[in-house]
Amino acid sequence: MRTTNRRPCRLFEDASVRTALFTGAIVAALSGALGYFAVLRRLAFVGHAITDFGFTGGAAAVLVGLNSLWGFLALSIAGALAVDRFSMHARERDVATGIVLSFSLGIGALLLYFSTRFVSEPAALLFGSIFEIDPHVILPMLAIAIVCLSGVVILYRPLTFATISPEVAAARGVPVRALGTAYMLLLAIGVAESAQIVGILLSTALLIGPAASAAYLTRRPIVALAFAMIVAAAETILGIVLAYQSYTWPPGGKGWPVSFFVTMLALGVYLIARAWHPATRARRVPRTSIAA
Amino acid sequence: MSAILELDHVAVTLGGREILHDVDFTIEPGEFVGLIGTNGAGKTTLLRCILGLLRPSTGSVRVLGASARHGNRAIGYVPQKVNVDPDTPLRGRDMVALGLDGHRWGMPRPSARKRGLVDDALRAVDALAFADAPFGRLSGGEQQRLLVAQALLGEPKIVLLDEPLSNLDLRSANEITALVANVARERGVAVILVAHDMNPLLPFMNRLVYLANGRSVIGPVRDVVRTDVLSALYGYPVSVLEVDGRVIVVSGHDHDHAHHEPQALSFV
Repeated sequence: MRTTNRRPCRLFEDASVRTALFTGAIVAALSGALGYFAVLRRLAFVGHAITDFGFTGGAAAVLVGLNSLWGFLALSIAGALAVDRFSMHARERDVATGIVLSFSLGIGALLLYFSTRFVSEPAALLFGSIFEIDPHVILPMLAIAIVCLSGVVILYRPLTFATISPEVAAARGVPVRALGTAYMLLLAIGVAESAQIVGILLSTALLIGPAASAAYLTRRPIVALAFAMIVAAAETILGIVLAYQSYTWPPGGKGWPVSFFVTMLALGVYLIARAWHPATRARRVPRTSIAA
Repeated sequence: MSAILELDHVAVTLGGREILHDVDFTIEPGEFVGLIGTNGAGKTTLLRCILGLLRPSTGSVRVLGASARHGNRAIGYVPQKVNVDPDTPLRGRDMVALGLDGHRWGMPRPSARKRGLVDDALRAVDALAFADAPFGRLSGGEQQRLLVAQALLGEPKIVLLDEPLSNLDLRSANEITALVANVARERGVAVILVAHDMNPLLPFMNRLVYLANGRSVIGPVRDVVRTDVLSALYGYPVSVLEVDGRVIVVSGHDHDHAHHEPQALSFV
């Protein structure tokens, strides 16, 4: 009986599962869009560290009886803003991130020690699964993701300018520093949300994978952004469907983790994009070099 | 027409150190001016004052008669270099288009008018041939052309170029200088080109601002690049030598210190 129940067509019939899939796709698209800028701004490490800040927040929220999402969001934002505050230059950022990161994990370790409820489900938090999300937080997650996506759309041009050419952007009156902080805030929220779906250890895959692949496939900024968003969403939906299917796979009785499928898909797309890359370069416009 | 840029006895102190002591000059519309000084003379600090990114401790900076302010569209700015990775998805024309609407909110909306303006700017710097190649894979000279086109798109009255020649070989440096001079003349735009070597600018400069010791002298090359004028500016004896039509400024008078290796202050 289980085999017939677990077909993808049945998967899409259930309204709550449809909502979860839709939310997963939107959150992943947000992750892809933020990843596009994270790659340009060299923030892959910060993006990953934010999940560790969030982990401490999640542990604290569970300890006081809240859904882990809220603690996750609160500490992701606090950690991201702390990194932003303490790093005026890219060189300081690595160190600032490392320090805030270890501080946060230390507190998280203590909270874990106090909380017995949290320890019972550590794997779910580390590796995540959209099937295990409390249905009550799905709609808030969706709303937050849509607000953040609107934020990315509004910031797109000045943030691109400030990222590519901060000196010229500043001369043009673009608020370079404030945009950096606004982006960090969006990154914190986006990463906290995607950690709910693929887990804190693997949300970096959705952040960096699609955006890094896009850089190999196109030289147009808008196309790269769209590609990162669409591929992240597609990887997530496909990952969820495959996880649903895998209930019938060995050892049986239990689906394989969504995060496994999502990260394998992300890696696959990245490797294909890399392999494709030399061909893209061969087709480039012939240069009339003015340099000697 | 009145002056496009007026610096009135500008002094700047940063972190307790006086970078600029008394800088005083005026730039007329359409002029091509070289801003010459050794490393640490305060050239970048001066540019930041003109751009409104830094407020002078005393004195005033006026652009088109108004106090210098951050984000003034009358000023186009060309940085020394923009660091873009070879694999960054960004074509030359995308970089140029940032000069048109990069400061606005929201997503770019492609239009024929916008494309036409970007193409015009690309044509002006002779960059159409490589406009669709990834910016990060272009040579230093090609990137510099695109940055000039980017600055022109804001339709500035004055363009500031911060050491645009320092990463280029001599031939590219001469080409960029000639190009900037031509475009500026055609469009009636004033140019301040910052350099530590004045020689590539000699055929194009109307006047030069020589910056040393936190102070400035402005005038035609023949009036400024003189042993007496520069010695007074530096506060110690320097010599101006002419070798094969090139000008070299060295410290010390050769006849006084023949046993000393003269130290070049302005390189060929």
